[in-house]
Amino acid sequence: MIAAVSTPFTVPAGLMDALQITVLVLVAVGATAVVLIRAHVRQVLALSVYGVLLAVLFLVFQAPDVTLSELAVGAVILPIVFLLTLAKIRKREE
Amino acid sequence: MQYFPFVVVAWILGVGLYGIVTSRHLVHLIMCLIVVQSSTYVLLLGVGYVTGAVAPYFYDIGVHTPAVDPVVQALALTDVVVEAAVTALLLAFAVQAHKRFGTLDPQELVSLKG
Amino acid sequence: MTPSLRRWVFLAAAAGFVAFYLWGLLGLPGFGKYPGPYGFVLNRIAVSQTKATGVVSAVNFDYRGFDTLGEEFILLTAAAGVSIVLRRLRGERERSAVDEAVDRDVPATSSAVRMLALLFTGPVVVVGWWLASHAQTSPSGGFQGGVFLATAFILVYLSGEFLVFKRFSPVDLTDVVEAVGAGGFAAIGVSAVAMGLPYLYNFLPLGTTPGAVSSSGTIVLISFFVGLEVAAAFILIVGELLEQTLLIRRRSG
Repeated sequence: MIAAVSTPFTVPAGLMDALQITVLVLVAVGATAVVLIRAHVRQVLALSVYGVLLAVLFLVFQAPDVTLSELAVGAVILPIVFLLTLAKIRKREE
Repeated sequence: MQYFPFVVVAWILGVGLYGIVTSRHLVHLIMCLIVVQSSTYVLLLGVGYVTGAVAPYFYDIGVHTPAVDPVVQALALTDVVVEAAVTALLLAFAVQAHKRFGTLDPQELVSLKG
Repeated sequence: MTPSLRRWVFLAAAAGFVAFYLWGLLGLPGFGKYPGPYGFVLNRIAVSQTKATGVVSAVNFDYRGFDTLGEEFILLTAAAGVSIVLRRLRGERERSAVDEAVDRDVPATSSAVRMLALLFTGPVVVVGWWLASHAQTSPSGGFQGGVFLATAFILVYLSGEFLVFKRFSPVDLTDVVEAVGAGGFAAIGVSAVAMGLPYLYNFLPLGTTPGAVSSSGTIVLISFFVGLEVAAAFILIVGELLEQTLLIRRRSG
């Protein structure tokens, strides 16, 4: 099956393409931002935003399960683990 | 549009690798590792996508509605959760490295002897 | 090798590597043109075979249950590794959890954060529990439910003190829950073997209505155990890091 399929829920192809391209560009920009930011706490915030952007991308790729996992992991668990590590390191350096 | 997601995947991989190689702090390096891992999630979901299809949940739609590939979604889903735990383990190593060596610069940690 | 030289060497190598990677990716059938029969066959037969309408969870816990078992044990090992790696080194002492409130000079958590965290804890627990126990219907499954449940405990920490978090999740209880989760998954597989069927075979009655709570056999049970294990693993990890940050101090000489 290599042609586009149509279901009762299919939106016009151009619309879906535009949405996917937009979110993909945002994800690429977000990844670049996470790498280029060197200040620690700001980078954790950038990572959190990147996680939410990835979750939106997974939703647009028709994968709601992966969206749920990435939301909880990228917006809650990863930032708190990073912030605790940074706090511990900073505490030892004082 | 046919190959744009794959270009984005290669870009994210390249950017993440650049961050890992030129990193001056172990915590920054671990975040760049997360970026590299996320490129594989995008690749997995991009491979399994079918244009115009819906998500593979047939609770309220007919069973013969064309849907995207569920296997790559299952892989990506367990991946996301497990890599978070592995990242926490890496951060625990970073904390202990800081306790023992006092520095978290990867380029200095290489030359220290235990 | 100076850092700038390293950067140039890396850029040269990365240009070659990314070029080859992109060349390989461009040989794929193209975005949206998934050709392979495996996904389409699964979508067609999974509902009638397992009576589960959530095909992704059916793939995770039935068709590919063995891979999920391996991933879950990676999670277990990572949580155990965090506990081991963060053990007290010689030269540190652990302050009792009571003193640390006295001389801590950090600003108090703002009331807005505390109230919002408190408000959201209940709904997050409900959503997480629902996700972990309804793997066979809509987008749900053990992994998502587990991380949502762990999020609820983190909200408890945000809305209160570390001591409240500790009281809600004592390490011994969380350890036992994690072990029950991981062992339960393996035990379900072994009990299939005990009945003379292949490991992790879906041997419980499959039910009649696709997507009903009692249908889809072992998928629901496995997903519930996985949810318990994932939640307990993340609570352990966050608890260990919190203890390191708040309780363990260098022994001042």
